[in-house]
Amino acid sequence: MQTTWFSLVAVMIAVYVVLDGFDLGAGIVHLFVARTDAERRIVLGSIGPVWDGNEVWLLAAGGTLYFAFPALYASSFSGFYLPLMIVLWLLILRGTAIEFRNHIQSLVWQPLWDAVFAGSSALLAIFFGAALGNVVRGVPLDASGEFFLPLWTDFSAGQETGILDWYTLLIAVAALLTLTLHGSLWVALKTEGELERRACRVARGVWWLLAAWVILIIVSSFRIQPHLQESFRARPWGYVSPLGALAGLIGIRVLTGKRNGLAAFLCSCLFILGMLTSAAFGLYPYVLPSNGDQAFSLTVHNAAAAPYGLGIGLVWFIPGMLLTAGYFTYTYRNFSGKVKAP
Amino acid sequence: MDALTVHRLHFAFTITFHYLFPQLTMGLALLILILKTMALRTGNQHYHRAARFWAKIFAINFAMGVVTGIPMEFQFGTNWSRFSKAAGGVIGQTLAMEGVFSFFLESSFLGVLLYGEKRLGPKAHWWAAFLVFAGSWLSGFFIIATDAWMQHPVGYHLGANGEIVLTSISGLLLNSWLFWQYLHNMIGAVVTGSFVMASVGAFYLLTRRNEDYGRTFVRLGVIAGTISTLLMAFPTGDGQGKNIAFNQPPTLAAMEGLFETEQGAPLALIGQPDLEKQRLDNPLTLPDALSFLTYQRWGAEVKGLDAFPPDRWPDNIPLLYYSYHIMVGLGTMLIGVMALASLGLWRGALYRSTARLWLLLLMLPFPYIATTAGWITAEVGRQPWLIYGIMRTPAGVSPHVSTGNALFTLIGFMGIYTILAILFLFLVYREIDEGPERVPEMRAATV
Repeated sequence: MQTTWFSLVAVMIAVYVVLDGFDLGAGIVHLFVARTDAERRIVLGSIGPVWDGNEVWLLAAGGTLYFAFPALYASSFSGFYLPLMIVLWLLILRGTAIEFRNHIQSLVWQPLWDAVFAGSSALLAIFFGAALGNVVRGVPLDASGEFFLPLWTDFSAGQETGILDWYTLLIAVAALLTLTLHGSLWVALKTEGELERRACRVARGVWWLLAAWVILIIVSSFRIQPHLQESFRARPWGYVSPLGALAGLIGIRVLTGKRNGLAAFLCSCLFILGMLTSAAFGLYPYVLPSNGDQAFSLTVHNAAAAPYGLGIGLVWFIPGMLLTAGYFTYTYRNFSGKVKAP
Repeated sequence: MDALTVHRLHFAFTITFHYLFPQLTMGLALLILILKTMALRTGNQHYHRAARFWAKIFAINFAMGVVTGIPMEFQFGTNWSRFSKAAGGVIGQTLAMEGVFSFFLESSFLGVLLYGEKRLGPKAHWWAAFLVFAGSWLSGFFIIATDAWMQHPVGYHLGANGEIVLTSISGLLLNSWLFWQYLHNMIGAVVTGSFVMASVGAFYLLTRRNEDYGRTFVRLGVIAGTISTLLMAFPTGDGQGKNIAFNQPPTLAAMEGLFETEQGAPLALIGQPDLEKQRLDNPLTLPDALSFLTYQRWGAEVKGLDAFPPDRWPDNIPLLYYSYHIMVGLGTMLIGVMALASLGLWRGALYRSTARLWLLLLMLPFPYIATTAGWITAEVGRQPWLIYGIMRTPAGVSPHVSTGNALFTLIGFMGIYTILAILFLFLVYREIDEGPERVPEMRAATV
């Protein structure tokens, strides 16, 4: 039962990253890809009706994590206090920028919100990446399963580390590159003409950087978290995730700029899902490893809620998710095709 | 200041600011649905345009609710980790249900409500309005269920290590406390929505612009406002009062400033609680009325604070007393204003009565103050407990988040929210200034 909920939470987080990831990515690239106000309106229009629903996945994943693994929620949210608060402020700024930009026609108002939108999107990608890096690397948990990390110390990834060190920064940059690529493929999918061409150009350029970076993070992840190797050795079927990610990455290269923008975008989704599920698979049964005494690590067993709650949770969660899948199919169907200039 | 105080202020500030928006969201969702229904039944474009105008204001308000709402869920973990660790298995259920059942619904169909009118036609568009309404009222339900459990925990047992284990989901969702609290809260949202609508209508009539819309808004606002302000007092306010009287008797005593147990306890209308002398200074009271309101017997005994050990008293009695009395006082005033306005409406004189329109216009802040005071009453009244009878407030904070860090983020939120408030008022004023005539049926694909 704990494993079921571990998988469900991991999937929800992955879906969040895939869906809100293209909103963030569109935000990161829109300053470069869209030059005029009309073009920026189109880019914003490509996420306008869906970004809020996509962000709900973060809330729903958070809520699910909360009731299924309360000890993990409590420990990680309070331990990552400072970066999480910064994430909250960035989410506020991004939402405000998207919603309020087009209310006023002015040569000052729109560029201001465009910059806020781009900056907050890029920083969110970096912070989410750093968060993932911290979970993989492990944190200094004490006997009661608690910790508190400063923003940074000496960047050494040792015992006295902070949120940011060389390893988590590596992952943060990987996240930034991944979402930049993901976002430009989305923009290419939803636009046409010059805008689409520019988005493809960005995607092709970023792809090489990302491909190089992926090798870097794979090597360093296996070095920093030995448990990853044990997991893949013990259950070789888990290789399906990294292989999926690899297929996605190659697919992006082959399909970008080809007539069907959807295929390249879906490959990017596959790449993200593959990378995140690889991380989840590699960490299992840990949900938050200790970087010191392994006995203090939080696992799916010692962090989970009692069986009754987990069981009854499935009873409402499954129909709830089916309904949600229905809403999303409806919304995205309604919103399919290229966004036209207003 | 100690860490506990800062963490409490942190939550109090962010939740108070947040709730300024959902109360209008939930109230307006119902009123927009009524406008859409009128539009569908009469086929009159006037109502379609009126609904479209309010949907625009709704969208700005909704965005504010969303961006200030995300920090609320996070804060359970960041600032109250011991509470989350102990109680997450219970209240995490309702919080996750809110995300799964209401936020997905709301966010999906708000897009349809805002952008889909032309494509969908009036009937399907009415359904979009209905689903947005249902989503927002469901969301209210799950949040009130969470608070109701903290006020009156049910359906759990205590584990060996002090963890709180959920034993009954139906207990959690059908908590006896929940019924009146939910209705009281939702009708409060309708009160806010009604006053905002009436106020905007009065503004149009007073400035002689969009007068036909002004009349519609005043009429709908006053009718919904009259019904909802009355329902606020009875039966929902009365029911919520009994929740407190029977389950949190020290809170009732503190709210009423009743220091000594009395048979035929008086109801304090005015007065200041004096903690040193353990009495109410300069009181103006209705004799025996508190006994009657609580037990329907004039001579019934109501327990005063003296009947309980001081470590079970709410830890800020004056704040509790004042916010409760402000809520009740403003509630009474709002009933009076709506009664006066509906009298004018009935006689057909309201739209021309400058004085009454001014009164409606100036009432705008007061429902917000009343709901805020009501929530302060509920939450300060729950003290010294975080979960009533199970966990005291100091036991719930995050032990490793220092005073300085919490103070830093509190000040950060204050700064950001000040800017948000200015932006919100500025943009909503622009929408009102532009008026319903100029709202296009479906704007471009951009927001």
